[in-house]
Amino acid sequence: MGRYIARRLIYLLVVLFVVSAITFGLMHAVPGGPFDREKALPPEIIENLNKRYHLDEPLLMQYGRYLYDVFIPRISATPPQGSVDDDFLITVKLGNVWFKWMNFGPTYSSRSRTVNDIFRQQLPVSAQLGIMALLVAIIIGMPLGILAALKQNTIFDYLGMSVAIFGVSVPVIILGPLMIWIFGVTLKWFPPTGWGAKPPFVLGIFPRELGPEFFRYAIMPSVALGLGSSAIIARLTRASLLQTMREDYIRTARAKGLRESLVIVRHALKNSLIPVVTILGPLFAALVTGTFVTEVTFGIPGMGRYFVTSITNRDYPVIMGTILLYALILVIANLVVDIVYAYLDPRIRYD
Amino acid sequence: MAQPVTLDARARDKDTLLTTKRESLWQDALRRLIRNRAAVIGGVIILILYLTAIFADKIAPYPYEKQTLVDQNKVPAWMLKVFPTMQPYAKISDKYLLGADYVGRDLFSRIVYGTRVSLTVALIGPLISLFIGVIYGSISGYFGGRLDNIMMRIVDVLYAFPGLLFIILLMAFFRSTFARPEPGTFTYTVSQLDARLGGMLFIFIGIGLTAWETMARLTRGQVLSMREKEFIEAARTIGATDLRIMFRHILPNIVGPLVVAETLAIPGYITTEAFLSFIGLGVNPPTPSWGSMISEGAQVIRTYPNQTIFPALALAITMFAFNFLGDGLRDALDPRLRGTQ
Repeated sequence: MGRYIARRLIYLLVVLFVVSAITFGLMHAVPGGPFDREKALPPEIIENLNKRYHLDEPLLMQYGRYLYDVFIPRISATPPQGSVDDDFLITVKLGNVWFKWMNFGPTYSSRSRTVNDIFRQQLPVSAQLGIMALLVAIIIGMPLGILAALKQNTIFDYLGMSVAIFGVSVPVIILGPLMIWIFGVTLKWFPPTGWGAKPPFVLGIFPRELGPEFFRYAIMPSVALGLGSSAIIARLTRASLLQTMREDYIRTARAKGLRESLVIVRHALKNSLIPVVTILGPLFAALVTGTFVTEVTFGIPGMGRYFVTSITNRDYPVIMGTILLYALILVIANLVVDIVYAYLDPRIRYD
Repeated sequence: MAQPVTLDARARDKDTLLTTKRESLWQDALRRLIRNRAAVIGGVIILILYLTAIFADKIAPYPYEKQTLVDQNKVPAWMLKVFPTMQPYAKISDKYLLGADYVGRDLFSRIVYGTRVSLTVALIGPLISLFIGVIYGSISGYFGGRLDNIMMRIVDVLYAFPGLLFIILLMAFFRSTFARPEPGTFTYTVSQLDARLGGMLFIFIGIGLTAWETMARLTRGQVLSMREKEFIEAARTIGATDLRIMFRHILPNIVGPLVVAETLAIPGYITTEAFLSFIGLGVNPPTPSWGSMISEGAQVIRTYPNQTIFPALALAITMFAFNFLGDGLRDALDPRLRGTQ
């Protein structure tokens, strides 16, 4: 197992490296630069800006510099200066030296902000939205799937599967505006736009207080984002539970006179949830990376808008940072799933 | 996966085999599909939508780009009953079935023309991803070994790209590379073609480049399971070439799962196009797409909800139709899979 994880971690590094290389190449292949304006800047100024951000160097050198700043940790005697060039995501004081790691670079759109600032202030909001949406998906999806499987071919089954079809057929781009209009504008149950938690965050992710204020803002966008995933969970739960109920050990449990509720809870449910648990990882990654439309529709100050603005503005460090971050979330989620899978199902061995 | 049903029939009633008419896998599937009411309704809706797309210029009362500035945001009288909040400020004009948008274009006509974009994507998206995915996946699965390993690692890396970010990056690349080309060059021809299609060419390429990986994986898995079957070995012993085995023996047997997966993927392609148009990287204005209409309407959703809700409903109906048909196809082609995925 240890060797398997080690191999996967090396593989993860390779993937991140390739992703960063492709992104770097592709974004520099897009014509235009970060300092193109409607009203062109004087060439001297552009030259100076390019020099300031090392954009005048050969591409390979820029790429090397980027990798060096992001991946190679520094040990330095000076505490963080708070300047744009000395802004590391991880800074730890070890004795009298500072350990600094992961400088994702500046943003071209603002002289005083860095990509790390975006990660600190906007990423937690997206993560909160993603986690809430995942919770919604589980809370709606699992009971629906279980009910549909236990009462197969009854009204419950059809109802549950109708909800599932509704979930996959109505993505955020449809559900978002509809919910804003129905629950935000007409019924006035929830505020139509905004987000209830503001930085600083606890542990860098969680809101300081999980009060009604947070949920008042969070419920609509999380349902809009999570409903599609709840459909996936419901279908998977139903299929998996149906299959498990036909296993021999369920018949054995019944034959020895176990109460039906115990058969279901202790034998069927536990075993049927393995595939469901394993998709939570990729689902979470997809939810966190897929928040863009939700954030735009509901006016949530998350990472979402940087996806598009950074690419249209050629804000190279922000493009690299967001893509690398999301690629990291994806591969780690998949890795965790594979490990959890082996843990839950002893028949699976990775050697 | 799907055993030809004739084999089952033979096993069940040996004696009647010669007298009863043999039913092919597809005839059997079609029979089951027709019995599925939701799938039939979905299919009929899709048919109507395609007819709407083809005859859009006959159905739509106005050209989609015709602006009548004095009619900005006007709504027909019946709309006030549905959306009473509009009462205090709405200007009435019964010229427009569903109202007019912020520059006075007829919403109904734009929704009708919008079917063209969504339904073309629903047609072309699967074709491109099938074409690339099936070729890639069957080469990888059929030849196996080191080649398979390398090809699948490439797919793995592409999987690590957050899909939407990758497609945004690709679209930005296409849109600005082909922005102002010199006449006579290749880029000029491509950008002209794209302009003719209202900006859809690059959407196809973008979707195609990001959607084939799933098909490649599925195809590879299917080919792997077929490769060791006896009838393939039999074909090989009588000297069939690799190409012949692949196209005559393997592909026809794995077509079912591929078609089902592709049909179920269509709503995803439609959403992707709507998403791209929503963020302004999709179709070129003034070509109407439901995605761009939703995004334009969302800005005035508090005052004129009709401008968002009708394109959103059109999109939802289309998605429902394709999902119903896809589910029905899956149940019809492989009844054992009912309710999974």
